[in-house]
Amino acid sequence: MAAALWRSCAKLKRNIPASWKTPHSVFKSSRSEAMTNLMHAPLGMLTEEEMMMKEMVKKFAQDRIAPLVKTMDANAKMDESVLQGLFEQGLMSIEVGPEYGGTGSSVFSVIVVVEELAKVDPAVALLCELQNTITNRMFIVYGTEEQKRTYLPRVAKDLTGSFCLSEAGSGSDAFSLKTRADKKGDYYIINGSKMWISFAEQAGVFFVMANVNPSLGYKGITCFIVDRDTEGLHVGKKEDKLGIRATSTCPVTFENVKVPETSILGQLGQGYKYAIGILNVGRIGIAAQMLGLAQGCFDHTIPYVKERVQFGKSIFDFQGMQHQIAQVATQLEAARLLTYNAARLVEAGKPFIKEASMAKYYSSEVAALTASKCIEWMGGVGFTKDYPIEKYYRDCKIGAIYEGTSNIQLSTIAKCIAQEY
Amino acid sequence: MAALRALVGVKRVIDYAVKVRVRPDGGGVVTDGVKHSMNPFCEIALEEAVRLRERNLLQEVVVVSCGPPQCQETIRTALAMGADRGVHVEIPAPEYEHFGPLQVAKILAALAKREGVSLVLLGKQAIDDDCNQTGQMTAALLDWPQGTFASALALAGDQLTVEREIDGGLENIRLRLPALVTADLRLNEPRYATLPNIMKAKKKKIEVLKASDLGVDLSSRLGVQRVEEPPQRQAGLKVETVEDLVGKLKEGGLV
Repeated sequence: MAAALWRSCAKLKRNIPASWKTPHSVFKSSRSEAMTNLMHAPLGMLTEEEMMMKEMVKKFAQDRIAPLVKTMDANAKMDESVLQGLFEQGLMSIEVGPEYGGTGSSVFSVIVVVEELAKVDPAVALLCELQNTITNRMFIVYGTEEQKRTYLPRVAKDLTGSFCLSEAGSGSDAFSLKTRADKKGDYYIINGSKMWISFAEQAGVFFVMANVNPSLGYKGITCFIVDRDTEGLHVGKKEDKLGIRATSTCPVTFENVKVPETSILGQLGQGYKYAIGILNVGRIGIAAQMLGLAQGCFDHTIPYVKERVQFGKSIFDFQGMQHQIAQVATQLEAARLLTYNAARLVEAGKPFIKEASMAKYYSSEVAALTASKCIEWMGGVGFTKDYPIEKYYRDCKIGAIYEGTSNIQLSTIAKCIAQEY
Repeated sequence: MAALRALVGVKRVIDYAVKVRVRPDGGGVVTDGVKHSMNPFCEIALEEAVRLRERNLLQEVVVVSCGPPQCQETIRTALAMGADRGVHVEIPAPEYEHFGPLQVAKILAALAKREGVSLVLLGKQAIDDDCNQTGQMTAALLDWPQGTFASALALAGDQLTVEREIDGGLENIRLRLPALVTADLRLNEPRYATLPNIMKAKKKKIEVLKASDLGVDLSSRLGVQRVEEPPQRQAGLKVETVEDLVGKLKEGGLV
């Protein structure tokens, strides 16, 4: 078995792991034949590196993030030390190649890391998730060589990015966006206003989706790389949110923002395609965030339920409770397998759009159910801010809304199904 | 300056956060399916070695672990923290049952000689057996000076200054290399292995040896008779005044 694997993978010049390990593939790889020859390892089985990353992030999150979660949420502000720590540990450049100072690992590692972070703080997990699945991927997949050389070392070191697509008038209907980019010689002048932009407060670079030719409809949408200190770019006051408060969400306005032609990410008029492509993978990251949220919430609750005694026994010992707990645990496991499988499909270079949508939709539903049930199981204390459960309950709601609402996910899944029959 | 190299021992132990349970046969504790990780004091020893390496006071850090195949995970973590290469001395399961500090010390002494290292760094004790013997025995077998319970370390040329935590306070000693040091809690705060280093660790070498390759006899003169849970903690009593307390203690025949 191992020998056959060696022969098929040798020409790809990869290290061959023991027979149960899945080999790493650079995510752009479409050389997926080796993957299909794999032994059928359980979905939950991780490679040695993935296990080590998981352990490390778990320790890091417990030591360096857990003590700050409550204050970051109350003050609606991400602590500098957390952001720095994420960069220092290489968590912000997981798929970026080592030649640019990144880790050089695969998309599944991103999922593992995001899940572990979300168990402790879904807001911090979001920061890591967006940087890896959006900012890094935009440069890696669509950037020119020059743009990669300029930005990848910086996003690996200390630069965060923000993705500007949504506007006040275009959320789900993303491509009816109104922001324009008018060509003036070698420059473009961007005018418009974006809303709901994550990390706009901290970001050093913005991916701005603007239309260069509205008469072309969505085919005019182009992605521009705009540095924070460009004149005319103004970050508005952050929203006062229900949950994931430690991440800033702001309106960003563009008033005659002048950018050179070279700041177009990739090609003109490809913005629509890039956004769709990036968000298809991004939603697996959100699924991982929701999964970690649900698991973290569950992990806080069960020990309490086993300790709390009423009517002479622990409330865990009541069959009614056991059945509820088992149901939630089963759905959590299902969400995990959907998410892991979608990520492995991406790594294998196989089609994954339907599975990614399913993972995101289902994980966000499970997160909401789990958080809600956990508050009930904790009783009165679950309803107070002294315990961490209520934060998970507030944080989970956004899962069904951002990066494609649940309704959009369901429509996407239905479209895929329509093509299958 | 001559190339100084260090050997660091890392032990795979049950993770500190795990609730340990005694095996039904009373011969030990349950280890199957239980989470294991690197002994915290070994982590501290390793961190110190890696820091010396980063300051170019050491040329190479070789890490060693003795035990079942899973020890390679521990070695791999050590490589991700910055060790240069690893040695796994594989001890088959039946021999691992009575594998203790003396056996480890014999292996470490043989390995230290074979690798030609000038410094052996170990944790002061393992959190599973709390023996606090391996370092001392290894130094004795090598006939090297030892600085145990180190809370600070300074290396200059072939002089090693060690600050030791002792009952009376802190003791400073100076050793000439080659020497052995065991790490105490306050020596340093170990790093997290960064993601890039975890990936790089894949390419570092782990050599697998048997105890017989080092000419070491693993026979033990000790046997575990019985392992029991500690007695259940009894509920206490609350009293209002000191007089009540003294009265209760006298009643119970405790004073």
